[in-house]
Amino acid sequence: MTYMIEAEGLTKRFGSTQALRGIDLRAERGSVLALLGPNGAGKTTAVRMLATLLKPDAGQARICGYDVLAEPVQVRQLIALTGQFASVDDELTGTENMVMIGRLLGLSRTRAKRRAAELLDRFELTEAAGRAAKTYSGGMRRRLDLAASLIGDPQVLFLDEPTTGLDPRARSQVWETIRGVIAGGATVLLTTQYLEEADELADRIAVIDKGLVVADDTPAQLKTMTGGQTLIVRAADRSRVGQLAGIVASVTDATPDISPETGLVTAPASDPALLPAVVRRLDEAGLMAAELAFRLPSLDEVFLTLTGHHAENPADSDESLIDDDGRAA
Amino acid sequence: MTTLQAPAATIASTGESNPLRRRIGAGQALANALTLAWRNVTQLRHSPEKLLDVTLMPIVFVVLFLYVFGAAVSGSTHSYLELLLPGLVAQMAMFATMGLGTALCEDIHKGVFDRFRSLPIARSAPLVGAVLGDTARFFVVMVVLTGFGSALGFRFHTGVLPVLAAFGLAYVFYLAVCWISVLIGLIAPSPETVQGIAFIFMMPLVFGSSILMPSTSTMPGWLQAWVKVNPVTHLADAVRGLTVGGPVGSHAMYALAWAAGIVLVSFPLAMRMYRRRV
Repeated sequence: MTYMIEAEGLTKRFGSTQALRGIDLRAERGSVLALLGPNGAGKTTAVRMLATLLKPDAGQARICGYDVLAEPVQVRQLIALTGQFASVDDELTGTENMVMIGRLLGLSRTRAKRRAAELLDRFELTEAAGRAAKTYSGGMRRRLDLAASLIGDPQVLFLDEPTTGLDPRARSQVWETIRGVIAGGATVLLTTQYLEEADELADRIAVIDKGLVVADDTPAQLKTMTGGQTLIVRAADRSRVGQLAGIVASVTDATPDISPETGLVTAPASDPALLPAVVRRLDEAGLMAAELAFRLPSLDEVFLTLTGHHAENPADSDESLIDDDGRAA
Repeated sequence: MTTLQAPAATIASTGESNPLRRRIGAGQALANALTLAWRNVTQLRHSPEKLLDVTLMPIVFVVLFLYVFGAAVSGSTHSYLELLLPGLVAQMAMFATMGLGTALCEDIHKGVFDRFRSLPIARSAPLVGAVLGDTARFFVVMVVLTGFGSALGFRFHTGVLPVLAAFGLAYVFYLAVCWISVLIGLIAPSPETVQGIAFIFMMPLVFGSSILMPSTSTMPGWLQAWVKVNPVTHLADAVRGLTVGGPVGSHAMYALAWAAGIVLVSFPLAMRMYRRRV
C-alpha cells in the first residue's frame, strides 16, 4: 500500500548538533501519527523536512508518493502546516488572515471570503473574526491557525506542538477541534511533548529521543510497555494512609507506593473500571479522598522505561536555536 | 534500503477535481506577490502609526537642513530650498526603504514565512510582495515632502511630465534599494539589528553626495571622487534637473543603470539567502 507520509533515514546536522540520526516514519491514509519527545529531540526538524521547509542531509521522504525534495511544488499542494508558534499574522484580523491564505491558494476573492466565513464559524471564531489576531487568546490563535491550514483541504496536515503553552481548558478545546479535523479524513502528523495528548489523538506514536525513533507503536501497546496507567489516591486524613493503601492494594492487586508525608498512595492499574470500585470501598470504610485520579505515565516515565534515561530538556534557548526551530546557524 | 512507492493512483482515488501542478507560472507568481503586497498594505491600514516615521522624517530634514545650512550655502533659505528639496527626494527614496528589512526580519522570526513557504506559491512571492506593499511608504514620504516644501515656498519650474518623471525615477531607484534592505533583513540576526546595519551603508551614500551641497569644489579630492561616482548624487542631480531645471540625461541614465545593477545583484542574492536562511 502507499503511505501518505513515508520517510526513510532522515538525517540532519546543525553545526555540531546531530538533530536527526536517521529516522523512519510511516502514516497510512486517514491515520494520526504522533511524534512524541522532549524539546530538542528532533521532532520539529522532522516536520520541517516533511513540509519541504528544510533539506535533509541524507534520507528521503514522500508525501502521498511525491518526493519532498524532487517534487516540492506537488507536495505543497497536498499539505498544510501549523507551526509551533502559531504562524498567523498578528496584525491582520481573523478574516483577513483566512482570506489571504485562500487567495494565495488560488481562490477568487468571493470564494476566499465564503470559505473564510465557513471555517471561522466551524472553529467558533466568527465573533472574533473582525479583530486583529494579536488580541486573540492562545487557544483562539491555535484555532485560527488550524482553520487557516484547512482552507486548501489538505490531504496531509502537520501539527507542530498544537497545544504547547495552552492552559488545560484551551488545550481540551484545541483537542476537540483537532478531533473534528481528523474525522474529516485528513492524515495527520502531530508533534507533542505530552503522552496524554498523543494518547488522546493518535493511532500510532513514534517516540523520538536524540534524533532517533526509540519506539513506534499504538498508544495501547506503548502504555502496556511502559506500565500502563497509575491510580492516585490522596488521603484527606493522613493518619489513615495505611488503611487507604490496603484498599488500593486489594482493588489493584498490586503493591502501592505510599508517601506518608503527603498522604499520597499510587499503584499501577490498567483498567479504568477500577475507579468506581475504589470509590465504593472508600465509601464503605468511611475514608475521604482529597485527590483521586487515573494518570498516564508522564513523558519522563515513558523515556525512563524506553531509553533508561530521563527525558532531557535542554535549556530553552538552546532548543530554539538547534531543533525546534530547525534553522540553526 | 526499501524502495519507496511510486505516486501511483493515490491522488486520483481521493477524488480531487484538479490534477496537481508541477510548477508555478509567472502569472501565478505575480498574483501571489500582489496578495502578499495586499497583506502589507492591510497591516498599514490597521496601524497607520507605522507610517509615522516616513511622515515626520521629511519635515524634520527639511526644517533642519534648510535653517542650519540654508543661508550659509546659498545666501538665503529660499534659494537653498530649490537645491535642497530635489536632493531630499533622493534622500527620502533611500531612507524610506529602511523599514522593509526590519519588517521582513520580524516576519521570519515570527514564523509567518514558514507558512508561506509551505504553501504552493511562487518562492519569490513573499519577498516581491513585501517590496511592492512597502510602496505605500514611498508615496507617503513624497507627498509629505512635496507638500511641506511647497508650504515653505518651493515651486516646480518645469512641467507636469518632467516632475512625474522625477518621482518615477526616484521610485525606480527606491525599488532597487528595497532589495538591499531585503537582503539586510535576511542577513541580520534579529530585527533590532537591521536598522543599525542599514544605517552603516546608507550614511556614506546619502550624505557623501550632492544632496546637501550641489557644488563639490570645497571638498577634499577623495571625497569629490566619491561624490562623483555615488549613484545618489546622480539621482539627486537628475531630480533637480527634472523639477527645477538643469541637465538631466546622463544623470538619469547613470541612476537607472545603478538601479538595474543593484537589482541584478541583490535580487538573486536575496532569493538565495531566503531559500537558505528562512
